[in-house]
Amino acid sequence: MAFLDRAARSLFLTELLGGMALTLRYMFKPKVTLNYPYEKGPISSRFRGEHVLRRYASGEERCIACKLCEAVCPALAITIEAEPRDDGSRRTTRYDIDMTKCIYCGLCQEACPVDAVVMGPNFEFSTESREELFYNKQKLLANGDRWEAEIAQNLAAEAPYR
Amino acid sequence: MPKLTIDGIEIEVEPGTSILQACEQLGIEIPRFCYHERLSVPANCRMCLVEMERAPKPVASCAMPCGDGMVVRTNSETVLKARKGVMEFLLINHPLDCPICDQGGECDLQDQAMAYGFDRGRYGENKRAVEDKYMGPVIKTIMTRCIHCTRCIRFINEVAGVPDVGAVYRGEHMEITTFVEKAIGSELSGNLADVCPVGALTHKPYAFTARPWELRKTETVDVLDAVGSNIRVDARGPEVMRVLPRVNDDINEEWLSDKSRYSYDGLKRQRLDRPYIRQNGKLVPASWTEAFTAIAARLKGLSGNRIAAISGDLVDVEAQFALKELLSRLGSTSLDCRQDGARFDTSVRAGYLFNSGIAGIEKADVILLVGTNPRWEGTLVNARIRKRYLAGGVTIASIGEQRDLTYPYSVIGSGPETLQQLVDGSHAFSETLRAAKNPMVIVGMGAFQRPDGLAVQAAARLVGEVYGMFRDDWSGFNVLHTAAARVGGIEAGFVPGEGGRDIHGILDGASKGEIDFVYLLGADEIDTAKLGNAFVVYQGHHGDAGAHRADVILPGAAYTEKNAVYVNTEGRPQLARLAVFPPGEAREDWKIVRALSEVLGTTLPFDTHGQLRQRLMAANPIFGAVGEMTPASWAPFGAQGPMDTAPFVTPITNFYMTDPISRASVTMANCTEALVGPAQERTGTHG
Repeated sequence: MAFLDRAARSLFLTELLGGMALTLRYMFKPKVTLNYPYEKGPISSRFRGEHVLRRYASGEERCIACKLCEAVCPALAITIEAEPRDDGSRRTTRYDIDMTKCIYCGLCQEACPVDAVVMGPNFEFSTESREELFYNKQKLLANGDRWEAEIAQNLAAEAPYR
Repeated sequence: MPKLTIDGIEIEVEPGTSILQACEQLGIEIPRFCYHERLSVPANCRMCLVEMERAPKPVASCAMPCGDGMVVRTNSETVLKARKGVMEFLLINHPLDCPICDQGGECDLQDQAMAYGFDRGRYGENKRAVEDKYMGPVIKTIMTRCIHCTRCIRFINEVAGVPDVGAVYRGEHMEITTFVEKAIGSELSGNLADVCPVGALTHKPYAFTARPWELRKTETVDVLDAVGSNIRVDARGPEVMRVLPRVNDDINEEWLSDKSRYSYDGLKRQRLDRPYIRQNGKLVPASWTEAFTAIAARLKGLSGNRIAAISGDLVDVEAQFALKELLSRLGSTSLDCRQDGARFDTSVRAGYLFNSGIAGIEKADVILLVGTNPRWEGTLVNARIRKRYLAGGVTIASIGEQRDLTYPYSVIGSGPETLQQLVDGSHAFSETLRAAKNPMVIVGMGAFQRPDGLAVQAAARLVGEVYGMFRDDWSGFNVLHTAAARVGGIEAGFVPGEGGRDIHGILDGASKGEIDFVYLLGADEIDTAKLGNAFVVYQGHHGDAGAHRADVILPGAAYTEKNAVYVNTEGRPQLARLAVFPPGEAREDWKIVRALSEVLGTTLPFDTHGQLRQRLMAANPIFGAVGEMTPASWAPFGAQGPMDTAPFVTPITNFYMTDPISRASVTMANCTEALVGPAQERTGTHG
């Protein structure tokens, strides 16, 4: 009987037709793929992407060189040097993140007492050379200026849980 | 001997011990802010409260002496509640600025808030804000952080003896301030930041530069004066970030002078990091081989009596010993480690050591200072004399200049004739000395840096002999040196040998053309104009006077950059340890001498530091007793002779700049300007 059953199915192409029917059904359903890079999927407000250094609304940089992020970084990716600025406030003279070392654990932004270093929503920062991934303070501040609107929104969304 | 029970454990303590000290003996930790074991007890922070049976309320354990039959509990419900309450009150007005505070990570308040505090504040009003005060070039103040423990006031009044800091207003409005807007005129002011349990007083040169957890800590010794204070050098990468004192009750207790503490920025400036050779009157960079070849070419065919060497103030024992060995192989005995020109007998150890030890000052009952200003020549020796003065029952007198030494003393004469009168017994002070149980004389370099130095030394010895300062149970004859290298150099034999010239002979010979080759081992305090046309090799770490005159420069290592032995003024050998590596091509000094000896064809018989130390110990066994004082046996020293009537003058004119490191330091320049007076008239173009 088993032989007959198999022979009949082969003869009438039922499996093939079943597959075609599935295909036909999906033709009328909405698409799930995205046309990356023109379209992007939604990401969580907790997403840990590229680092930024933020500023206050006045334009003053937030980072106060407390070095907690440097201390907490398990990959030793952050290097900070500090000295008093001309007005006597505590500021960094150097803030480097080696993005090739970073493991994107997010401990730096957890440690930051002033929300200066934040991992932003940007995940598209691949480069053609290693050297471009050694971020300095200038690059991080520029990132902050670029992503401030999104980051502020994310932080506001996360505020109730912190 | 009162017997009491603490947390169910019985303990018997010395009468007068406080409950807090008894708890410490049992290993029970009592939190405290205002209590400091070397300062008086004000009991004003209330953090050390403990519960005592039959007492109506918790008692401050730091101020409560132990009594017989007391029953104390340190971990009861009441005590924990009391600590939490005190902590909450302290934190009401303490700002939450730990991330920008330099004390962060090593703060008593931070640690104790973690251990005993509450995790949130209940205080909704505005916090108190206090204006910052000016306290001089080394202390930075953020007075809002002050918790009014008054440790700084007690330190500056008791230990430093310069009553420049005090408190104004009362209660919550109390403010710590200097009287009035003036720099603290103490050489010990850096310790204020150490005793401050919070970040109200911090080190100005260290401001914001590093965090305690990222520093590599090396325990070593200080060499900027002859006291040999124990220090901890904190470095990050190739840079020394700060210098802190280490506890050593025999030497510096737990204090450190400002010069020793803040000169470290001089280690980064004016450094010699490669060899140089003078060509056509200009120093040009060279390789080690070229430099050694140039020296070998000049030394070729030169007889030993035309060669000389002078060692400086910061040189370690190994380098001096190696150079001495090299010179003896070259046939020269003209070498001297007394670059300051001091004349004293080096044949008897007792004649040039601080025989009683610095801690021995506390046993003296009459102290006679001869030609010395200990406040500048050995700041911590002076602090010890002040400690002795505070204990009471001591008479202090001085032969020399009238200075503010932070304790009262009488000037009984100005020059050697007073010493002579004391020997004769014709001086009024003789009676006091004769009545003393443990008389002490401290002779400074001001008494020896004169043509009649040997005679002054002999006269001082006679004073010691006449008044019983050389006994089996007491040796009260002390010499206070000004340079860390001096005693080590003498012990290593870096003094004129048979037929050799001393420092004056070398300089005379060089200017007259009788000496053709002078090796300066870190010697910068000599008059380089007197070197005449001699070929000068300078080995050292800073581009100072010696390097300026040199024909060949060999870059050496500073005291933080090598493992080496230094001997302090007590004759106590101590180890300096490598905290950072020497810059560029600079090398450890003994290695340079060893390498040079090979080029000269007289290879020295040691290849490793261990072998060199072995030879050093064979030459003089005291180098084996690291950290120990080897007692010096007594024999006549000095040479009696006619003495000049000129008064003694202290050799140090500016405490903050006495050596190449402190002269290169910006902090020391600031201190000089603020506290000693500007070196030059200020003109319109000053900043």
